[in-house]
Amino acid sequence: MSDTTSITSDPAKEPVEQKALWGGGRSPFTISYGKFMMWIFLLSDTFTFSALLIGYGFTRHSFEGNTVTPWPTPDQVFNHFPFLHGMHLPLIFVSVMTFILMFSSVTMGFAVEAGHRMAKKEVSFYMLLTILGGIGFLGCMAWEWAQFINGTEAGKMLADGSVFHGANLHLNEYGPTAFADLFFIVTGFHGVHVLSGIIINSTIYINVLKGTYEKRGHYEMVEKVGLYWHFVDLVWVFVFTFFYLI
Amino acid sequence: MSNQHLNNEDHNNHEGNDQHKQTFISKYVFSMDHKMIAKQFLITGIIMGCLGVLMSMVFRLQLAFPDTPFPFMENFMGHWAKDGRLDPSFYLALITIHGTIMVFYVLTAGLSGTFSNLLIPLQIGARDMASPLFNMLSYWFFLLSSLVLVSSLFVDGGPASSGWTIYPPLSALPTAISGSGMGMTLWLIAIILFVVSSLLGGVNYIATVINMRTLGMKMTRLPLTVWSFLLTAILGLLSFPVLLGAGLLLIFDRSFGTSFYLSDIPADLAGGIERVGGSPILFQHLFWFLGHPEVYIIILPALGITSEVLATNARKPIFGYRAMIGSMIAIAVLSFVVWGHHMFVTGMNPFLGSVFVLGTLIIAVPSAVKTFNYLATLWKGNLRLTPAMLFAIGLVSFFISGGLTGLFLGNAALDINLHDTYFVVAHFHIVMGSAAIFGMMSGIYHWYPKMFGRMMNSTLGYLHFWITFIAAYCVFFPMHFMGLAGVPRRYYAITAYDQFDVFVNMNVFITIAALIGGAAQLIFLFNFFYSIRKGKKAEQNPWESNTLEWTTPVERIHGNWPGEIPHVYRWPYDYSKPGALTDFIPQNIPDEGQTDPLEETKPPVHA
Repeated sequence: MSDTTSITSDPAKEPVEQKALWGGGRSPFTISYGKFMMWIFLLSDTFTFSALLIGYGFTRHSFEGNTVTPWPTPDQVFNHFPFLHGMHLPLIFVSVMTFILMFSSVTMGFAVEAGHRMAKKEVSFYMLLTILGGIGFLGCMAWEWAQFINGTEAGKMLADGSVFHGANLHLNEYGPTAFADLFFIVTGFHGVHVLSGIIINSTIYINVLKGTYEKRGHYEMVEKVGLYWHFVDLVWVFVFTFFYLI
Repeated sequence: MSNQHLNNEDHNNHEGNDQHKQTFISKYVFSMDHKMIAKQFLITGIIMGCLGVLMSMVFRLQLAFPDTPFPFMENFMGHWAKDGRLDPSFYLALITIHGTIMVFYVLTAGLSGTFSNLLIPLQIGARDMASPLFNMLSYWFFLLSSLVLVSSLFVDGGPASSGWTIYPPLSALPTAISGSGMGMTLWLIAIILFVVSSLLGGVNYIATVINMRTLGMKMTRLPLTVWSFLLTAILGLLSFPVLLGAGLLLIFDRSFGTSFYLSDIPADLAGGIERVGGSPILFQHLFWFLGHPEVYIIILPALGITSEVLATNARKPIFGYRAMIGSMIAIAVLSFVVWGHHMFVTGMNPFLGSVFVLGTLIIAVPSAVKTFNYLATLWKGNLRLTPAMLFAIGLVSFFISGGLTGLFLGNAALDINLHDTYFVVAHFHIVMGSAAIFGMMSGIYHWYPKMFGRMMNSTLGYLHFWITFIAAYCVFFPMHFMGLAGVPRRYYAITAYDQFDVFVNMNVFITIAALIGGAAQLIFLFNFFYSIRKGKKAEQNPWESNTLEWTTPVERIHGNWPGEIPHVYRWPYDYSKPGALTDFIPQNIPDEGQTDPLEETKPPVHA
């Protein structure tokens, strides 16, 4: 503990009264400003996703009772699985995807825990698994998107007699335009978060290998990116619920 | 690894007051010192403000003299003012950019960017912000955003023209009106950069206030300025991302042919793609979920500054300190549940409308608590009418007269008549425009010595205040009557309607008042820039104030305090404390016998 500190006593050693916690000279939540800022940022990002999901709810609600272009049932749209062509397997693939992402959250948790014990080897092992999980999820998402964009053989008959397969931002065979639009933008926005998570995790992974945090004396950076990664997973739970289950 | 370890690092990483060599670039340009960043925000805000005010002068001329050409306008506006006559579509562009600049660039970034940066570390006793790097980035994103917005004035088709609220479809279809093309795209890019800047600033302000207070600076000993900046940052952090989401969808509608906000638009009007299934109302909901907290993002810092300036210059404790905090929190919470009052005419279910009416009118309660507390603070005070004090009193005046018309507009039954008339223009220009500008001016006059080490000229300050104050009322008060008579806002001219002919002279009067008010700002600009070099040298504590920023040396060193950071022993409003020897006791002075900063000071001794 440095001499210039404005803390008169060492709060880690003596129990702090609740009053003194907010009395200044220390962090009331006993966390560093960096971790605190990550929490605040995640709160803010929650509102961005909320805006998009509320937009989704608003739009979908306006199609209630619409018999001309009804909102499609997810079971009928997302029923494909790689190499199992032609079989009706509703939501199986997206469950695999979700499992991969959730599992990467578990390994992230292990990495953070290993960081508390300053176990460099374990941290790097679990970080690697987390990154692979993220890449796996994005790969699945790419397949899912490709399937969605290419569409089925049946397609949809257009007004001019031609048949349209799959989906783009203007037209899709599954239902209203807004269905595909929202699917692309919300899962896409989540995918961008996963991608940036992978990039951040990889940077941290390299630093772990280089021993940066061992020199620093703590693995707090792993904890911070862990928060972000768990958040991205949590968001997926909501995206998954709204687009696939409801 | 212990948390304590991290904790110490927090408080120490800006310690040491290192006077390392600074180059011109690292001191004035890419500065990470919060005081310099505050000045960067302020000066950028002032430049943007000049632009916004000049635009209002141009369209005020048009409104007062719709048939008179002003050939000089062609010199600087080119084909937008051919033969000195303002182009109608450019009129729309002017009001749009005027609104955008004033709301976001002057009164959000210019106001809270300046004073949050300057005052949070100084008043809570910190060496700098939690993350000086984020702080610097926050300014640079803001500057970039300003430049993008200004550059949109020069693109083909002109800048965005669908009003500062950029409602679709005008904003969603690039071919809708002349400003819907490139200008609108740049507007959206500018606002996204602005959201990033606000996010970087916001996380920093919150983390700094929560984590970096000096020993003894309890939450209930924070100056009200810091409380207002904290709540402003929270509001911004939770509302701007919603605008980001809304903007994202809008960009897709504009550039990639989706129809989130569009419905029943045939393909030949919308770039060859039929737009069905969306709803422009969705955009309004998302926009106003930001838009309403935004008005409190603007006014709360101004109210915080006013609390501080009034108490200091009335030589009295602020009346109802905890009630002030409580009412600010109440305003902040309520601001998130009343956005629908901007949308009463969208065909909203009347029951839902009544819920929004209720929420809106409840905001009058904490607002009134604040107003009466200001009046009670002034009551029997030993008033020192400095220019800052006059501007603070001016804010209270505007807050009352503009707030009262808020009760009309918050009521759905009345709002349906008043919606989109000059009554609305009058209301928000008084309560949010003038009041916040006066709060900002008050802050500039009050903390100028802290920013530049010199005093501004008081005589010029008084002149600036009185002309601006009277002019602002002369400009905005008559607009209430125009609005009640049904004059719609955003019209290029109202000469086509016989029933509005009675307002011809009133429009001339308003414009003359606006020109005088605008000219008065030249006094301020001269005073501001002249005093940076030639002003009277400031003393350390020129206003005999209690807060910690006045314990730092006039030289404004990096790290703020040359030695240790002072501890805090009392709340910031011990002015004229009965039984005390001096009429002010700074926060870092302990009571006789008080050793523990967390201990409370003795209650006042009444003779």
